[in-house]
Amino acid sequence: MSIHEELRTEPASEEQPDTPDISELVGSGPVTSTPMWRVRLRLFRRTFAQNWSLFRENKMGMVGLVMIGIFALMAVSHPILMSTVWEADIYDPIVGYDAVTTEFTVVEDGAVTDPIGEMELTAARLELNPTIDLGDVVRIPAQPAPPNVTGENPHYLGTDPQGRDILSQLLYSTRAAFFLGAVAALTTVLIATTVGSLAAYYGGWIDGGLMRFADLILLMPILPLLIVMSAAFDITMVLLGILIGVLNGFGGVAIVLKSQALSIKVKSYIDAARVAGGGDSHVVFKHIVPNVLPLSFLYMMFGVTEAIAIEATLSFFGLLNVPMTWGIMINTARDQGYLLSGTDYWWLLFPAGLAVTFLAFAFFIVGRGMDEVINPRLRAR
Amino acid sequence: MFRFLARRLFQMAVLFIVFLSLVFLLVHAMPGDVTDTLIGNPDIPLETRIELRERLGLDEPMHIQYLTYITNFFKGEMGVSFSRFPQDVSTVLWQALPRTLVLFLTATLFAFWLGFKSGKLIAWGRGSKTEQGLIVSGVFLQTVFYPWFAIVMLWLFGFYLGWFPIGRFIDARLWQGSEFDANTVFEQMIISVFVLTIVYAIARYLIKRYANNLVTQVRLLRATGLVAVGGLVLFWYRHDASTYVADIAHHTMLPVFTLGLILFGATMLITRSAMLETLGEDYILTARAKGLPDRVIRDRHAARNAMLPVTTSLVLALAFVIGGGIVTETIFSWPGMGLLFLQAIVVSDIPLAIGALSITGVLALIGHLVADILYSVLDPRIRVA
Repeated sequence: MSIHEELRTEPASEEQPDTPDISELVGSGPVTSTPMWRVRLRLFRRTFAQNWSLFRENKMGMVGLVMIGIFALMAVSHPILMSTVWEADIYDPIVGYDAVTTEFTVVEDGAVTDPIGEMELTAARLELNPTIDLGDVVRIPAQPAPPNVTGENPHYLGTDPQGRDILSQLLYSTRAAFFLGAVAALTTVLIATTVGSLAAYYGGWIDGGLMRFADLILLMPILPLLIVMSAAFDITMVLLGILIGVLNGFGGVAIVLKSQALSIKVKSYIDAARVAGGGDSHVVFKHIVPNVLPLSFLYMMFGVTEAIAIEATLSFFGLLNVPMTWGIMINTARDQGYLLSGTDYWWLLFPAGLAVTFLAFAFFIVGRGMDEVINPRLRAR
Repeated sequence: MFRFLARRLFQMAVLFIVFLSLVFLLVHAMPGDVTDTLIGNPDIPLETRIELRERLGLDEPMHIQYLTYITNFFKGEMGVSFSRFPQDVSTVLWQALPRTLVLFLTATLFAFWLGFKSGKLIAWGRGSKTEQGLIVSGVFLQTVFYPWFAIVMLWLFGFYLGWFPIGRFIDARLWQGSEFDANTVFEQMIISVFVLTIVYAIARYLIKRYANNLVTQVRLLRATGLVAVGGLVLFWYRHDASTYVADIAHHTMLPVFTLGLILFGATMLITRSAMLETLGEDYILTARAKGLPDRVIRDRHAARNAMLPVTTSLVLALAFVIGGGIVTETIFSWPGMGLLFLQAIVVSDIPLAIGALSITGVLALIGHLVADILYSVLDPRIRVA
């Protein structure tokens, strides 16, 4: 047994409701009169309500949900703002430009303490007007401009070194992050549940082959591999999502889900389904996959976290073919020499960095909350 | 045990060949080759470019190039770097390898030591305010956008507080005209620490074996640790190259600390949940019923079993360390393999990129093997199965 199979030997136990009350589930009257889907729906709602109440006990999970909600609002607000209050040529996240002017006090050479409000005498005389003297206040266009709330075109988070509105970039990138997370997570779950269920159900050489392949994928240093790929191909958001999903789904998650599927395979209802004449594909897709799904939702959350981090890192290196993301925002600041500007130009580094962090954080703690629902041992006694 | 090891080694060898082939295919899927970068240069006529292609073997069919690559890799020949022309890839990588290894190893060890300790403690003192705070910061460290975090760390400690130098491996002004070679000094530093670690490990084993009193044992261990660290510092203080050694050490601290912090969060969280699982086991109840002190239950009964999932997470952390290593090296301008790799990709220096990626694969494999061995040592059930 390799250690990867030890990743999660603890089969996630489903919380069974107390003996279900048949009359409540199928309604009053003859049993056959209620269609099957309605029974299923009720059962689903019942389990959902139960799990939801368990999840709500986890404070951090709830905080995570709220944070995701806020990010979703941000993503939705960008197109609305663009079509109502923001002019496209000023606020466009990629090609917008606003010639913001800032007031500078002229000080002696070498005495600049605040790079956003002061400039050197020699520089001012050379660039503007030879008659300028010490202590004069000049107004010149300067990018990146600090946040202004009052002007004609307010920039609540300032502008970047190319005169583009940071808030607009931030909101625009949120949508991309959600999109990428969704693609990556769906691909992961699709592949991992299929691979895990098939490997567990058929066993033998299918299992051996798939698991060796999973070992290989797990060995792959994902980030270097994606860096090489980004040099070879034009990686777009969709492709990146699928790549991350495939690498994740064939690797660790498949191994975990396989051990879960193994514990389901030996349950008596699988035998019952087979005795009743169910074929292989019926048993796998109607009985094993639905029972593996709850656990795979958990890995979906962690998958989103990872996808966001990988995308941001790749676009931070400027290796992706995408117009604007949080990673590119930081890349711009770094390229233009604001790497060590720290708190002087906080609006260049902090909004984007914190956005990546908080979105990944939110999905991660929601995943942890779900983990506690599925895995009762982690719950507080 | 040996059968287990042999099987594992064989698997890894096969995996490695597959990995090498994949790397080769990927890199050759890149459009164009290095001679295309010379198209714009009017001084280089077409014939020269064709000649260059022939000399570099780029005109051969794919499978010939592939076979040559695989056989040469195992001979230790990885070709000549395009971007650092006269130098061999293996020379370039060989120089960068110790720096990357030191970064990885120290960061991982630091993170696992601290993460395991704090994870153990917060699982034990469950429900306290400290636990909540540590969990939140652990999750934050695990999910923080690493390049941004590294930039902030560099700004805060390197620029704003000025405690550490801003990036790089040595201070060039200090080393100018020095009779020492930075790589040699660095290698000597590594060797000295390595020798000391072995001596300490032997001393520790002897103390555990022959000191029968628990209190003397702890005292002796502490004394040995102090002597070891003090001896190392003294040795380098008396050495001719002491200022240079201090310079390298000073430059190493911030990158290691930054990379270590990120790993620390993950390790702490994993240790915590592993501890919580073991604390629910029957043998913990038995230990309590026997009236053992809390410390013994925590350290000897629960934490030892919680080691297993943490060791497993070492494998998962490996992938992270490698990815994080590239980011760390880029931001701190740390001249290791990650930085080389990224630079090679940008200028499409294919031999260097392949070399760096393959060595990364070798590192990952060795890491897996070490984790496997550790695991089988910790858990005898694996060896029997």
